[in-house]
Amino acid sequence: MNTTKRQKQRKVLLMGKSGAGKSSMRSIVFSNYVAKDVRRLGATIDVEHSNIKFMGNLMLNLWDCGGQDGFVENYLTHQRAHVFSSVAVLIFVFDIESREFAADVISYSSIIRALGEHSPSAAVFVLIHKMDLVQTRLRQQLFEERAEYIRQASESFAPTVEFFATSIWDQSLYKAWTQIIYFLIPNARSIEGLLRELAEVVEARELILYERTTCLMVTHVTRDVEADNPFSDRFERISSILKTHKQSMAKHTGIPAGSANFAEMQIKTGRFMFFITRLTENTNLAAAIPPSEQIFNAARINITLARPRFAELDIASKPRPAVQQAFAHSADSGWEARERENAAAGFVG
Amino acid sequence: MESTQPPLSASQHSPVTELPSVHEDPSQADHSRLKPGAQLTLMRYLQDLPDAEVPHTDPVPPRFHTGRLPNSKAGDGKPRLLLMGQRRSGKSSISSVVFHKLPPSETLYLETTTRIKKESMHSFMDFQVWDFPGHLDYFDPAFDVDNIFEEIGALIWVIDAQDEYLEAIMRLNTTILNLQHSYPNINVEVFVHKVDGLSEDYKGDTFRDIIQRVQDELSDHGYENAPVSFYQTSIYDHSIFEAFSKVIQKLIPQLPTLEALLNSLCSTCHIEKAYLFDIMSKIYIATDTSPTDIGSYEICSDYIDVVIDVSEIYGWPRGEQNGDDESLTETGNNDAESLITMERKGNNYLYLREINKYLALICLMGDDSPAEKKAVIDYNVGVFQAALKQVFPRAERDAVEAPAA
Ligand SMILES: Nc1nc2c(ncn2[C@@H]2O[C@H](COP(=O)(O)OP(=O)(O)OP(=O)(O)O)[C@@H](O)[C@H]2O)c(=O)[nH]1
Ligand SMILES: Nc1nc2c(ncn2[C@@H]2O[C@H](COP(=O)(O)OP(=O)(O)OP(=O)(O)O)[C@@H](O)[C@H]2O)c(=O)[nH]1
Ligand SMILES: [Mg+2]
Ligand SMILES: [Mg+2]
Repeated sequence: MNTTKRQKQRKVLLMGKSGAGKSSMRSIVFSNYVAKDVRRLGATIDVEHSNIKFMGNLMLNLWDCGGQDGFVENYLTHQRAHVFSSVAVLIFVFDIESREFAADVISYSSIIRALGEHSPSAAVFVLIHKMDLVQTRLRQQLFEERAEYIRQASESFAPTVEFFATSIWDQSLYKAWTQIIYFLIPNARSIEGLLRELAEVVEARELILYERTTCLMVTHVTRDVEADNPFSDRFERISSILKTHKQSMAKHTGIPAGSANFAEMQIKTGRFMFFITRLTENTNLAAAIPPSEQIFNAARINITLARPRFAELDIASKPRPAVQQAFAHSADSGWEARERENAAAGFVG
Repeated sequence: MESTQPPLSASQHSPVTELPSVHEDPSQADHSRLKPGAQLTLMRYLQDLPDAEVPHTDPVPPRFHTGRLPNSKAGDGKPRLLLMGQRRSGKSSISSVVFHKLPPSETLYLETTTRIKKESMHSFMDFQVWDFPGHLDYFDPAFDVDNIFEEIGALIWVIDAQDEYLEAIMRLNTTILNLQHSYPNINVEVFVHKVDGLSEDYKGDTFRDIIQRVQDELSDHGYENAPVSFYQTSIYDHSIFEAFSKVIQKLIPQLPTLEALLNSLCSTCHIEKAYLFDIMSKIYIATDTSPTDIGSYEICSDYIDVVIDVSEIYGWPRGEQNGDDESLTETGNNDAESLITMERKGNNYLYLREINKYLALICLMGDDSPAEKKAVIDYNVGVFQAALKQVFPRAERDAVEAPAA
């Protein structure tokens, strides 16, 4: 089984003109910055590389490419093959406030062309950014117009390019990044399958798997009534809530935001119960369940028991022999059946 | 160690046993801000009521929340907070951010106020916020001065600290002197505002300079004891909420009782800091008397957001056919509660409990509060809640009017 544990390196280019907000979003999503901190960022010189370990054997190899003209020129000429080959995803950021939209699109086109040459199978995501600067009622229309215009300039990527309206000031940033990450996770299907089994066992209305440091959603399972939940943006809203809370705890306790993790958060009301707890090294699991102490307690136990199975799908930075054993054992006895027994036991006790 | 102290008891700490209930306000009877059965879900309340522009003038003398309203003749019994100050000093922004949860950056689009904007807030106590246009002469004889200043709870004077402030101070001084004449007990709360853009040094200097200039003028006229207080505020952080909390606390006659109850809760359960929050505005109406710092306020206030947001997302009304059988309804909590355990410290960190439809108790746990203590805390918070019912009968009455479905 160790053969499947090899990490999948995925190269992600983050491009767009200088000041568009690339480093800002990177710092917020991956480095625990809050929106108001990003004013401190200086322009990026050349390319800043970061490696981000993610749920599901994914290793993001993020290239934050400084957008000043001189650098872009360089990417397109001397470094063309180096920058644009083996790219999995290009994220291109447009500043909605830019006064030179036409020029921005021309620059985008040349980048698209270079990408088409060296990584024709890459996926392209275009973020139309700083939408907070546009009045609410004008946002949708402006976004659609720009998106259409940009699609025209997308050459071979025109049929597949995806657009997102984003702002660092609300959850729209999380919505976009969640989709990008989902696209990149190699074993998303198996994670989802496992999560669905778990949801049945613990009688959850909804289970959401979040990556721990970024608070981005990996995937979710929604059952029964919860499918009618009117808040369709709830996954990225919870991302954003969790992230903000993390900052707030870090600030208060003096623990760096990267390690200011809660062991568990629970909320109980007459309509639902909810908790978030650590699932694996890189993930937290949020569970929304019916308002019952019994279900609540049983769910917590069952989630603890399910950890090794999920750990198998996660990246481990250190070997975990105990986990391997647990997995080997459960492989022949049938995980689901065992978990059902456990769940039943939980209800009696 | 907590066993050496008896659990918190209502009779012991609450001198107030029976308070006269608030007057009936018929306009309120049928709009409970909560959806049926949702006193448990900390729903966001609608705040901008259709009737807000037309203040209700039922001639019932205010009895319940008259902290310092010596000027009251007849009126609606709702203390008023007047927001005054120069044009563009930030009055409307403050009102929108605090009471309507407008994101601070969106205040850039607010238009200048052309007539007095009156809004009613319904919460553990009712009050009104009157947002004035900056350019008005508040003592123009054409104005019904009595109508404006009688019954007010506080006059909040907003000064833009990023701008020239001499004229603002002159007007403020004139206003205070005028008030001292006819309404000497009105609290004047000076918000030295927009301090977010200033360096620490400049901020401190400006603040001291403004205080000095106001106090000099007051003592020149023999009013050195006028009830004037100063705050440094900004809509871009929690300071505006802190300042409002302090302004409102002065209007709550039961404050000493609340503080005593909270002190007792803290010492019984080894709680570091406890706040009683108004859920809708995130103003805290009381805290224990241990020293406060803005950091504790911030974390508790952010925590309310977390609980409210999650409650909104999952507290939506589900149909009856959702398969929840009898055994489930019996175990559900009526009041929302929440707990956060930290990974590093391995202990309870934050605790929230909905007290009634308006108020939530939030506790920051000390380092010596292990998880097993939750039962002790639950118990004592229950006692606290019972004591509070006697302090604020209002919330209970409302709950009866709008019974859970
Ligand atoms: N209003 C608003 N401002 C934003 C947003 N995102 C970023 N900014 C601002 O945009 C400015 C530039 O951000 P950066 O992230 O440094 O820009 P960049 O794209 O990395 O620029 P280069 O490194 O030069 O390529 C910062 O001052 C941010 O405050 C947003 O969503 N809304
Ligand atoms: N930097 C900063 N700007 C603020 C703050 N509060 C308000 N502003 C800005 O100040 C400007 C004026 O705000 P308003 O709230 O309209 O001012 P006002 O006092 O109601 O003005 P009038 O209605 O004309 O009397 C807006 O652009 C706000 O964004 C603050 O705390 N910090
Ligand atoms: Mg940059
Ligand atoms: Mg105004």
